[in-house]
Amino acid sequence: MAETTRIALDGKPIDLPADASLAAGLIGHRELVCGRSPSGRLRAPLCGMGICHECRATVDGRPGVRTCLEPARGVRTVERETRLPAAEAAWTRSERAVDVLVVGAGPAGLAAAAEAGERGRRVLVVDDNRAAGGQIWRGKTGRAGELEQRCSRAGVEFLARTSLALRLGERHLRLVGPREVLDLRCSAIVLASGATERFLPFPGWELPGVLGLGGLQALIKDGLDVRGRRVVLAGSGPLLLAVAALVQQRGGLVRRVAEQAPNDRVAGFVLGLAAHPSKLAQALALRVRLGSVPFAYSNWPLEARGAGRLETLTLRRPSGTESIDCDLAGIGFGLLPNARPAALLGCRLERGAVAVDPAQETSVEGVFAAGECTGVGGLDKALLEGRSAGAAAAGDRDLARALAGRLARERRFAARLEQAFALRDELRALPRPETIVCRCEDVRWGELASRPDWTDAKLQTRCGMGPCQGRVCAPALEFLRGWAVGDARPPLVPVPCGALVHPPGTGADGA
Amino acid sequence: MSEALVVGAGIVGAACARALAQAGFAVTVFEAAAVGAGATRAGMGHVVVIDEPAGELALSARSRRLWDELAGELPAEVERAVCGTLWLAAGEEEQAEAERKAGRLAAAGVAAEWLDAAALARLEPGLRSGFRGALRVPGDSVIYAPRAAAWLLERSGARLELGARVRRLVARGVEFGDGSTRRADVVVNAAGLAARELTPGLPLRARKGHLVISERCPGLCAHQLVDLSYVRLAHGDAAESVAFNVQPRPNGQLLIGSSRQFDVEDPAVEPRMLARVVALAVENLPALARVPALRAWTGLRAATPDGQPLIGALPGLDGVYVAAGHEGLGITTALATAELIAAAATGRAAPIDAAPYRPGRFAEAARG
Repeated sequence: MAETTRIALDGKPIDLPADASLAAGLIGHRELVCGRSPSGRLRAPLCGMGICHECRATVDGRPGVRTCLEPARGVRTVERETRLPAAEAAWTRSERAVDVLVVGAGPAGLAAAAEAGERGRRVLVVDDNRAAGGQIWRGKTGRAGELEQRCSRAGVEFLARTSLALRLGERHLRLVGPREVLDLRCSAIVLASGATERFLPFPGWELPGVLGLGGLQALIKDGLDVRGRRVVLAGSGPLLLAVAALVQQRGGLVRRVAEQAPNDRVAGFVLGLAAHPSKLAQALALRVRLGSVPFAYSNWPLEARGAGRLETLTLRRPSGTESIDCDLAGIGFGLLPNARPAALLGCRLERGAVAVDPAQETSVEGVFAAGECTGVGGLDKALLEGRSAGAAAAGDRDLARALAGRLARERRFAARLEQAFALRDELRALPRPETIVCRCEDVRWGELASRPDWTDAKLQTRCGMGPCQGRVCAPALEFLRGWAVGDARPPLVPVPCGALVHPPGTGADGA
Repeated sequence: MSEALVVGAGIVGAACARALAQAGFAVTVFEAAAVGAGATRAGMGHVVVIDEPAGELALSARSRRLWDELAGELPAEVERAVCGTLWLAAGEEEQAEAERKAGRLAAAGVAAEWLDAAALARLEPGLRSGFRGALRVPGDSVIYAPRAAAWLLERSGARLELGARVRRLVARGVEFGDGSTRRADVVVNAAGLAARELTPGLPLRARKGHLVISERCPGLCAHQLVDLSYVRLAHGDAAESVAFNVQPRPNGQLLIGSSRQFDVEDPAVEPRMLARVVALAVENLPALARVPALRAWTGLRAATPDGQPLIGALPGLDGVYVAAGHEGLGITTALATAELIAAAATGRAAPIDAAPYRPGRFAEAARG
């Protein structure tokens, strides 16, 4: 039996796996609900990776803590009702300078950090999560360990649970940890902020137990116990298979895997993998491992139902519908570049991704970007871009030139991927007028019908104005309504007011 | 039927559209962006009686009454709440100022009462200790202004032309970016700070403000809390100032302000100003330190040399009226402004003396 830790959940003692994230531990304990939304709906985790803010609760007196990013170990109390916080002592605040700051400790970020560190640069890597590895290497083994070893040999420093909050000036940033504020100057920045999941609203999608696809994956890797749980996976993309394999491996019962794309489109994509033998091998291995798991193309979720939690998921099939009883659902409609940090720094975006030059430099001098945030393309693209960006951030643009050929191939793969799993038009008809679109502010689809654009929708309905700042509803509305969305406002993630009270330091150069 | 054109669909333009429609005009509103997307969206939505200078007292007291009269009709989405204002007195000097303020408000028929330190602590236990007391103005309220602007427009029945690029105002008409024109009997420049581009020569300056909104945290405070230094700073000439000004939104969020910077037109959030605003708020409401801040933004107030708005006919341009320069009080004073514009456009008597707001007053003063 794994080590447990005792916490008081609304005053009631429960034991959670000590190594789990708080959210993963609570869901494993069948405590899916984290609070109530403004209109009183039960609020439960969705994204599992710090995006949706649906899992926030008051943790040890700190309100608004994202429990998916919080380790269970060491936590004493979790309260799901909002309570007035007590005053607290001032935050510790420090100022530092490094050569290269890397934002995000996934494959791209670690690769960048290793390359820059090995070129003699002082490198700091920060990540919202409690460990390095990103989504793909969450609860990691193997290659992440290798890269981390290279980083540590090169003297790369890593700060977990630390978020980029503010741009203070040119290559001068405020980073916020659980109780620390760090104002950092650097010569170069590598943004490796990864991807977020695209969620689409459908009736019942806000029921506790309906999780993101990547969300379910992240939570399982963070210690969610799925043994004996009936799970339906739906949405789109290669992640479906990866999550199905993970659920199965951890003792969950995969009742159905539903891919919205049609069989012929995906088959064409798989055939195209011949140009990428390692990816083909991976795909085939996954398929073999899944064995008897029922997999269906041209299927998508229509409605989730249950009394206070998910009990039945109804899928649209090519002919008719089918309802499947389940405990958990993982539903995601592809990945999107997380370009918000780049937007905060003023970098140019193209089609929602950070625009970069051949050495991964953005439109802002000294700011580089690598990995999924420049366009979703998977692990190999992220590693290549990370290496190029890290070297370039250390003044070496030769590596990027050397890797250009391989990277071009990966980008072709990314384009094929996007084409194969393009979302079908029928998904635009998923929400009903009463379906909640903005979960933070409980804005319903019907209220958005008459709104001409994103700005107007925000002003008149508060859509996208809640804690997640539109991270969930904006990509959905981009697809559903064709709206141009975006406009990141500081702070990049909600941070306690106490983290904003210190004026930016003048620093050594007096800037 | 006489026709009226209103340029700008902020709260002032929307209120003017409604007042002109009620006066019998067929109204068209031109808006370049979205309804309430300028200073209306950026402001706090505090409907507050301000007692200095004298013109502001008359206008804000009248306008607050008009908002009160509308209260029964406002839809729930306008989120009107009569939370009252507490003008906080830190020291003896502020207490004396509070007494003078109470007198001026009373003269304008606005109720206010002095609360001593103990009474203040009972009403607002989240406040730091050490205040001598506060002047409570129970009738002040808050609204969600973008929604209020949209509602006023809907009610007016005015035709709204979004994306309209008005280049300038001409006698009894507007000229668009493509050179085309539209004529009407009455034209109102209610374009906020952009009013100075449509009517060159209007004495308007940008006065930038920073605001922060928190996550929902009901109960941290119950009134709009404003430091008594606010008025001195708001109407002072300092290039830059910050005052403690926190508003409880009806949904439990806190709106944290406020700052004023003259002639800064870059809308970027400045971390230095953000820190000053939040630091003052945390100092006065210590528990705020733990409350997550969701979002910070800025807005550009349109300020005039004497701190009073420009309302009325524009000398030298037949049929053109100005309703701009409300600085930080546009939401409060929109309804009374609109009433004055409608009175001027129809030649009817105005309920308050419109003289302090004459758009031509600065030119008259210059001519001596």
